[in-house]
Amino acid sequence: MPTITYRDALNQALREEMQRDPNVLLMGEEVGLYQGAYKVSRGLLEEFGAKRIVDTPIAELGFAGIGVGAAMGGLRPVVEFMTWNFAVLALDQIVNAAAKMLYMSGGQIPMPIVFRGPNGAALQLSSQHSQAWESWLSHIPGLKVVAPATPYDAKGLLKSAIRDNNPVIVLEGEMLYNNKGEVPEGEILIPIGQAEVKRDGSHVTIICHSKTVSIALKAADQLASQDIAAEVLDLRTLRPLDDAAILGSVAKTNRAVIVEEGWPQCGIGAQVVDLIQREAFDQLDAPVLRVTQADVPMPYNKQLERLAKPSPEKVVAAARRVLYLD
Amino acid sequence: MATNVVMEALSPTMEEGRLVKWSKAVGDAVKTGETLAEVETDKAVMELVARADGQLLKQIVAEGATVPVGATVAVIGAPGEKVDSVPAPAPAQPASPKAPAAVGTRPLATPATAPAAPVPAPAPVAPADATRVVRASPLAKRLAKERGVDLKLVQGSGPGGRVVMRDLEGAGAAVAVAVPRSAVPQPVGGVAYRDVPLTQIRKTIAKRLAASLGPVPHFFLTTEVDMERAADARAALNQQLGDQGKISVNDILLKATALALVKHGACNAWWQEDHIRYWNDVHLGVAVAVEDGLITPVIRNTDRKSLLEISAEARELAGRARERRLKPEEYTGSTFSVSNLGMFEIDQFTGVINPPEAGILAVGTMAAKPVAVDGQVVVRRRLRMTMSCDHRVIDGATGAAFLKTLKQMLENPLAMLL
Repeated sequence: MPTITYRDALNQALREEMQRDPNVLLMGEEVGLYQGAYKVSRGLLEEFGAKRIVDTPIAELGFAGIGVGAAMGGLRPVVEFMTWNFAVLALDQIVNAAAKMLYMSGGQIPMPIVFRGPNGAALQLSSQHSQAWESWLSHIPGLKVVAPATPYDAKGLLKSAIRDNNPVIVLEGEMLYNNKGEVPEGEILIPIGQAEVKRDGSHVTIICHSKTVSIALKAADQLASQDIAAEVLDLRTLRPLDDAAILGSVAKTNRAVIVEEGWPQCGIGAQVVDLIQREAFDQLDAPVLRVTQADVPMPYNKQLERLAKPSPEKVVAAARRVLYLD
Repeated sequence: MATNVVMEALSPTMEEGRLVKWSKAVGDAVKTGETLAEVETDKAVMELVARADGQLLKQIVAEGATVPVGATVAVIGAPGEKVDSVPAPAPAQPASPKAPAAVGTRPLATPATAPAAPVPAPAPVAPADATRVVRASPLAKRLAKERGVDLKLVQGSGPGGRVVMRDLEGAGAAVAVAVPRSAVPQPVGGVAYRDVPLTQIRKTIAKRLAASLGPVPHFFLTTEVDMERAADARAALNQQLGDQGKISVNDILLKATALALVKHGACNAWWQEDHIRYWNDVHLGVAVAVEDGLITPVIRNTDRKSLLEISAEARELAGRARERRLKPEEYTGSTFSVSNLGMFEIDQFTGVINPPEAGILAVGTMAAKPVAVDGQVVVRRRLRMTMSCDHRVIDGATGAAFLKTLKQMLENPLAMLL
């Protein structure tokens, strides 16, 4: 099986879906001539032409609105944001238009649109460009939210997102684009709403998504050297959550640590804790702990940034606490 | 910092323990989990293990002395660490610096710095065990309920003395084990029992009969069983086994009783005051006379074990029962009991039910006697058995149907395969 990067996996997904369905188009800043700020759309302008690979002005609200209109007209637009930090400007179209369209038209107007781009912190991009938006977006009924961690999941989930008749948010990551992994050529479709156990274990469940999957796996390696078998559960989809996978794993391990890039208040982890305490109360041997970004704007200073982010060490410490080892 | 070693509750009902023998001498290095001493409880001789690493600095209790649960018996600390005075006996719950040790020591008045919210009057201080707030994880509470473990008697190893799963299971070496892992094995089918709420008629029967005959309203059913074929089968089996093992009449009785209970689940039950617990698995208690009393070790899942397994297990458990070496989980959790006084040539007797079980089978001696078969007087080996039933759980016809099945199985051993 070929080993390719996360960015090329997304590129394959876009190309295959555009070949398969002439209604699929890509629009966003620098997606055409420049081939994408992160080169996700490399070669697509050449193959599909300027009518389907559309360079837009730096006007997120405007081109998101054009995307919503195109979807209302029967096309299947993929709207790329250079980062989700800029997509805040387009939230009116995402939240008030796209997410509500099917509901407020009494089911008459489907909204087959994908909004995608990198999410969360990279390195030293400071407070305004290092934010993780998944809890904001997952809050909205009418949206689906996926956050793939691997090239395989990126391809399979973006293809499913493009074929979905509802607005789907695809959260990528600047620090993920270069990651390599095995991805088969051709059709892979990963159903939206399915988590995946990335590593089997029986002592504690580490629940994660996107970039925090690699943090969780590193933590699991460190725990293994202490004879602790951690299970790593990658949520993959944040809305709808895979309740059964979460509860199944907690039933097995009786304890959980949730790790995410975002801030603690109202985070994805808070939602998962709610599910676990409600549906798995009698399975719990310890309070569920969370590892999140520190509750501050992301510092620019390199050392402070490192301290503010989740890390394998923080996950290991939390896992040991829920096992009553510290 | 030095750690006090306390007398632990090593059986569900233990209130004090006699230190039989020190396994570590003063100055010995000790590791968490290592045996420090042998302690005689009300039921057996158990091991008291270290809960800390270090050196045994002091033995406070002499061999042969009896001290209450919670009393300090030794001190573990760093080599050379000075132990100034004998520490005061600590409560059974290890006091964590973060949490109040016990109700009795909790401040009764609101601290001056606390908000002046209305404080409910403190309840009168009762003996610690009666009022102690049990801190336990939801999982530990569920497991304790399933296994019939009293959480008040379990030493919690979590924050503030919270009882967590490992305290009930002995998972991980470094933890307090009051009721070790195998207290009740996980059922094969996934569900251990079925709780059925009491119907009104059941409540009335329970109330009226208890008023008439004491807390457990017994009634008794006696039947005489023709043991000719079972005895022949036993002789043939033993001949075939040679020196591989020996099946006793009692082993056959245990197996048949277990199989009959599977068919008559209504008799394999516990009276639980506000409901009846029907067990899905059969765990037979086997009464064993010991020097100064009686104990009933439990053969788990008797119905699923072969005669040879039952035979070996019964013999092994009885042997250790007589040596008082049974662990608590080996004599608790039975769902029905069998008592056999056949070896004392008792023709017939009645057993007293071991609550919360709903029945006990009392087995008399097997003896040759003249009986009428097809109009002819012949000599047959016969045995009388009496079932004591808790009428709150088992009605006369229910018990009789069970006994009938049991009798059929013994009179025609192939019926056990049905």
